[in-house]
Amino acid sequence: MATTELHVPSGEKMPREHYLNATYGIRSWLLTTDHKRIAMLYLISVTFFFFVGGLFASLIRIHLLTPGGYLVTPETYNKLFTMHGVAMIFFFLIPSIPAVLGNFVIPIMIGAKDLAFPKINLLSWYIYLVGGAFVLYSFATGGLDTGWTFYTPLSSIYSNSAVTPAVIGIFINGFSSILTGLNFIVTVHTMRAPGMTWMRLPLFVWAHYATSIIFVLGTPVIAITLLLAGLERMFHLGFFNPAYGGDPILFQHLFWFYSHPAVYIMILPAMGVISEIIPTFARKPIFGYDFIAASSIGIAVIGFIVWAHHMFLTGQSTYSAVAFSFLTFLVAVPSAVKVFNWTSTLYKGSIAFDTPMLYGLGFIGLFTIGGLTGLFLACLGLDIHLHDTYFVVAHFHYIMVGGAIMGYLGGIHYWWPKITGRLYPEFLARIAAIVLFVGFNLTFFPQFILGYLGMPRRYHDYPPEYQVLNVMSTAGASILALGYLLPMIYLTWSMRYGKVAGKNPWPATGLEWTTDSPPLTENFVETPVVDWEVYDFEHRPELGLRGAIGKKPLPTHGDD
Amino acid sequence: MQSQMPLYPEQASNFAPQVDNLVYFMIAVCVFFAVVICAAVIYFIFRYQRKAPDEIGVAIHGDLRLEIAWIVLPFPLLLVMFGWGAAIYVDYRHTPTDTLDVYVIGKQWMWKLQQPDGRKEINELHVPVGRNVRLIMGSEDVIHDFSVPSFRVKMDVVPGHYNTMWFRPTKVGKYHFFCSQYCGTDHAVMGGWVTVMEPDEYAKWLSGSSGSGDPVAIGQKLYSELACNTCHLPDGKGRGPSYNGAYGSQVKLADGSTVLADDNYIRESILQPNAKIVAGYLPVMPSFQGLVTEEQIVDLTAYIKSLKDQPPPAKPGAAVPATGNK
Repeated sequence: MATTELHVPSGEKMPREHYLNATYGIRSWLLTTDHKRIAMLYLISVTFFFFVGGLFASLIRIHLLTPGGYLVTPETYNKLFTMHGVAMIFFFLIPSIPAVLGNFVIPIMIGAKDLAFPKINLLSWYIYLVGGAFVLYSFATGGLDTGWTFYTPLSSIYSNSAVTPAVIGIFINGFSSILTGLNFIVTVHTMRAPGMTWMRLPLFVWAHYATSIIFVLGTPVIAITLLLAGLERMFHLGFFNPAYGGDPILFQHLFWFYSHPAVYIMILPAMGVISEIIPTFARKPIFGYDFIAASSIGIAVIGFIVWAHHMFLTGQSTYSAVAFSFLTFLVAVPSAVKVFNWTSTLYKGSIAFDTPMLYGLGFIGLFTIGGLTGLFLACLGLDIHLHDTYFVVAHFHYIMVGGAIMGYLGGIHYWWPKITGRLYPEFLARIAAIVLFVGFNLTFFPQFILGYLGMPRRYHDYPPEYQVLNVMSTAGASILALGYLLPMIYLTWSMRYGKVAGKNPWPATGLEWTTDSPPLTENFVETPVVDWEVYDFEHRPELGLRGAIGKKPLPTHGDD
Repeated sequence: MQSQMPLYPEQASNFAPQVDNLVYFMIAVCVFFAVVICAAVIYFIFRYQRKAPDEIGVAIHGDLRLEIAWIVLPFPLLLVMFGWGAAIYVDYRHTPTDTLDVYVIGKQWMWKLQQPDGRKEINELHVPVGRNVRLIMGSEDVIHDFSVPSFRVKMDVVPGHYNTMWFRPTKVGKYHFFCSQYCGTDHAVMGGWVTVMEPDEYAKWLSGSSGSGDPVAIGQKLYSELACNTCHLPDGKGRGPSYNGAYGSQVKLADGSTVLADDNYIRESILQPNAKIVAGYLPVMPSFQGLVTEEQIVDLTAYIKSLKDQPPPAKPGAAVPATGNK
């Protein structure tokens, strides 16, 4: 099988000075304003929350092995799935790609020394930690059993769990997202290197630009909504509880106004990662650059006007349901545009199956299934039967795990040599990618059938006829868990023992690959000047690749 | 009963075949697209596998015709899915007039159901086959959801107002119903069985009931116990409007608008009397929030319903000027 390891000369040495060894000591990390170090701080914290959420998920799947629910009590089960959702969505999925990978590579990709507001960047991380601490306090002192959706009046009045610290934690955490989004938007507007025009921006940057718009416009709404629910709980102010003259459906409108776009916060950055990986490992420009860039913005915009498709059964007016169903179908168009363009990029490529590419290809398959099953839920006549069943659970895990986490892991593997200066063990990494793909499908595909058969979600007990499919799902989950542990182990190992990667091991075309691995604290010795088009392999002789197939090498621009 | 591992739920209502046909259509379309994309990906990655380590691909930047084609061509398919789904949904929401009305009250964590003759059931629902059934559903606490997978019906049960849904059972048998909206600790066991019976067996079942009382009679009793009768006089001359002929009519409100006097309106008028003031009356009624249970509201509504064929008073509230303090 073709690999790129030949491009790493065996005598490659780590650069003498880089961001990891520039300064030493705990203070130099906790008070750093270097976007790369902050990205590492985020990497550690989101990984922590990922394993917390994953632990809850494992217990859920073990509990569901048998009908009757013998492992944990109903109260505990309800807390497990709620805490799984809260930890994964607010503290892993939403910050994962933007705050770790985006933070690390966006400034380097556009040729900047740092983000526009380095201190605010550090503040974002501290805000995230404070929010996380409140939520962990809630988990530890009574847990949380409202579902991650916090529907009122269950959350605001009836729940006996530690709702108040949890909503305060998520409220605080929202500011972290808002500041990160603001930082990205200003950075992309003002800090691009000479020659880095908008249409030369890597698609990863476009995806984050779209995501940042949602961060800035959407997050305040969820923050204030959960605060209102908290106020109703603490002071019995009547916003949502009908007994106080409130409206429980109002909560859902406000909640989903953010939380549906939040799905795009999770998936758009992953799409950005895939748009980097595919051209690199097909060694050709991405097909339909402008359409992929525009579709990110399109998804972000349409994503804001589809929220009420979560509420088709609340008793909303038929006209409103029909309108929201139609708008939801429209999201399929920009999503499909991306999939078609990625697929077309493979045509006449020079394709290698390095680990990031395996994640990229897996992403296309899983996102396609996740997206197509979304059509079932957008379809009014079917949503009535499928709403709040395991079909929905399967659908959004295909998007969030199959999509967002596959994208995140793909990106981690892709930029790992840049982040640490070292390569991970390639064979083991490919095995892990395949294990994850198989385990993921075995876990979640049976849940589509369970849902169509009518099994409601959030059930600690179920009728016996649903058992076979639940056992399959749990079996898949154990494979999946192994798939997540493997990268954790070999990536940690490689930080010390991995082969030295050099500047550009794949090789790839982005600016981030023209600087040292790991980069200097200032990223570049001098400000780079971009005089090549994005994802262009043909006119980049410094990459050391033979010219395009059947073409003689074109004259070079003669840059460094 | 179903086999060990069924692949689709039983079809036991008028909606089930409609929904399943649309599902089959959607599966066909989606499998087609998924297969085309996967086949293309798999073909490309093997056909264009890298031959030499320093080889690059052929630079193709895009093709406007292709982009337009894959934006425009799937669009009619999306429209068909949307239109077909919307048509079924409208059917779900368009309740026929000849329904058998069953009241459903959800509370943490049980269902109370009441047949038209007042027979009450807990976590059980008996309905005759072939008859249109309407469920009028309210909640005493949090949001619940009544769903019957074999009927392909589901509707949220929201505190603060009634939601309704209808179906026509087509097959005799016993089917699960579930609470489908997460509602707290025992959400997963807040379910039961719908029993669909032959009409004569259903009639026999009804007559065999111990009888928890006629809801109209109970409602009438509550009507005087709660002192509704001191203001809501039949001739409309009291401080509140008459109920005679009110149910199902269009009521003129003080602000000039009109509202249909249905179950939701009656419920709201008991709990939040000042929300909608009938033209010619003053906002003087106290709220009964917390003083009546959801079940008592159902009985009161049954009584008010029973008066709908009484002749309404000729000129309501003549003694009171139409300009209230609100």
